[in-house]
Amino acid sequence: MKILCCISHVPDTTTRIQFTADGKALDRSGVTFIVNPYDDFVLARAAELKEKNPTGVHVTVLCVGQNGASSTDSVDANLRKALALGLDEAVRIDAQPADAYFVASQIAAYARGKGFDLLLFGKESIDYNGSQVPGMVAALLDLPFVSYATSLEVENGKARLTREITGGKELLECPLPLVLSAQKGLAEWRIPNVRGIMQAKTKPLHVVPPVSVEPRVKTLKHELPPPKGAFKKIEPDKLDELVQELANKGLI
Amino acid sequence: MSAILVWAEITDGRVKKPVLEALTAARAWAESAGLPVWAAALGKEIPDAVLSTLAEYGAEKVIRILSPALEPLVNSAYARALAHLMKEKGLSYAVLPQTYDGKAIAPLLAIEADAALLSGITQAPEKEGTGWKARRIAFSNKAIEWVYTEYPRVIATLRTNSVVPAKAPKPLATEEVSFTPEAKDLRLQPTGVEKVATDKVPLTEAEIVVSAGRGLKGPENWGMVEELARVLGAATACSKPVADVGWRPHHEHVGQTGIQISPNLYIAIGISGAIQHLAGVASSKNIVVINNDPEAPFFKVADYGIVGDAFEVVPRLTEAIKRYKEQHAH
Ligand SMILES: Cc1cc2nc3c(=O)[nH]c(=O)nc-3n(C[C@H](O)[C@H](O)[C@H](O)COP(=O)(O)OP(=O)(O)OC[C@H]3O[C@@H](n4cnc5c(N)ncnc54)[C@H](O)[C@@H]3O)c2cc1C
Ligand SMILES: Nc1ncnc2c1ncn2[C@@H]1O[C@H](COP(=O)(O)O)[C@@H](O)[C@H]1O
Repeated sequence: MKILCCISHVPDTTTRIQFTADGKALDRSGVTFIVNPYDDFVLARAAELKEKNPTGVHVTVLCVGQNGASSTDSVDANLRKALALGLDEAVRIDAQPADAYFVASQIAAYARGKGFDLLLFGKESIDYNGSQVPGMVAALLDLPFVSYATSLEVENGKARLTREITGGKELLECPLPLVLSAQKGLAEWRIPNVRGIMQAKTKPLHVVPPVSVEPRVKTLKHELPPPKGAFKKIEPDKLDELVQELANKGLI
Repeated sequence: MSAILVWAEITDGRVKKPVLEALTAARAWAESAGLPVWAAALGKEIPDAVLSTLAEYGAEKVIRILSPALEPLVNSAYARALAHLMKEKGLSYAVLPQTYDGKAIAPLLAIEADAALLSGITQAPEKEGTGWKARRIAFSNKAIEWVYTEYPRVIATLRTNSVVPAKAPKPLATEEVSFTPEAKDLRLQPTGVEKVATDKVPLTEAEIVVSAGRGLKGPENWGMVEELARVLGAATACSKPVADVGWRPHHEHVGQTGIQISPNLYIAIGISGAIQHLAGVASSKNIVVINNDPEAPFFKVADYGIVGDAFEVVPRLTEAIKRYKEQHAH
């Protein structure tokens, strides 16, 4: 079974977000970039499948991105971290992600004809929170798409899955190949061990040139939300005051 | 004649608030585009109540696509049906609610209909030059992004709770468009649904959310949280560690790695306000924080703050609300 895990390269969850003076781009200075947390679920699930069947499962990790100027902004380093979970090889498509359509087209162009049985994604990148890339890849490759998957079992060329829906979960079956986007629950996050980290250093990391694609959406500018003023302090013995305030706003 | 199309998601035989929000945003978009708003309802059959609600919220035409194969919903079949409709009627713009299924269908539809996708916008796109610009939330609530497209066709998903639904009654006009999904659209086979047994509003749709964290010490103390939520007609939520240790079910976990919500009122009880928690809730319109530590980071994003012991404050707050409701009951 061939598995493709797509990971995005995003600012650490604790980053204080700032933009360049023209507001067009993220100010990357001093920012630590990590593997998108939802993609960690996918890497962990792929590692589990690989452990169960070390010779029968081959896992490729892919990111569309370019290494930044600092060592904390290295796509290659994050790909190696992913490999350290026991996965087989990494691919970096050497282009700056322009928009979701651009990224999805790169991934689809790479995956086409390579016979991947599972194409695994996170449900969204925590930078632009688009939730767009996995579905677009599925449509470009004409494959079934399971969104917000919370479990995945594979048996005889068929997958059994659950996915999150409003107020519950849905159970699904699907023949392989398929595209999946992961919600929390797909697997427990894993931390690579020392042996994994050592082995990852010598695993193949292919740098692939991008195909030519016109993005469809561009960013005009970013803004920071207006800072909140001081909150209104309510004394614990004057809660009627709070209730009145909330009622005045039509909330109660 | 062209139009702005809204996908009218049908849940339990009804259209819910996210669809009404989408219709409302579509009307604003339609005005600047000089187009009417149409709604598309898909399924085995469409209840009359759905049709009349869509007209009431401004759909000048409701297009029904009827096929037994459209139930249960499979995202690729819906995307192909909507793409087929857009092509047949020459439609360039569509709005989908940003629900679980809306988010899954939109990127498929963008490819099928050869369109640009504006994902999770918070208001109708505005005309700018020869294209459209739109506002969305990025970096997990830490920033606002203005996006722009000149692509001739545009699909937008509307972030839930961003627009207040408003009625704009139109006479009901319906039309049927036929479409039958192919086998390849139905490779994904839904085999069942497990609803979380609850009579409460789903978290993603709730206007009021009462949420609690590790400050509550143990699962046995959630009774007062449930009671406050009940009195307010609110959904309940929790922080990640609380779900991780099993004090609360996972589907209540909000934040960076949980569910992202933006209710009108979020009440945070015994939650420190870590940046990953705020990533899921900071766009709530009003935030009340109850915490016994005056230095808790949550107070930085609070509208109202109560420094005090949750075990005293929460029951008292519930009583105060009950009192208010009794006094103002008609
Ligand atoms: C990659 C990543 C992703 C994450 N994603 C999420 C996420 O999605 N959602 C999430 O919530 N967290 C997430 N976290 C965890 C997050 O960093 C915090 O650890 C977590 O939110 C803390 O939960 P808490 O506020 O309930 O607990 P604590 O931090 O322990 O805070 C408890 C609070 O309760 C207060 N308190 C104690 N006793 C009382 C009392 N009697 N009355 C009133 N107040 C009291 C304390 O003052 C304190 O502020 C993530 C972390 C990482 C690294
Ligand atoms: N630049 C990228 N390279 C590889 N995969 C990506 C990239 N951007 C997004 N993805 C994948 O698509 C998922 C959803 O991202 P998004 O659509 O950007 O919210 C992520 O969790 C990744 O699995």
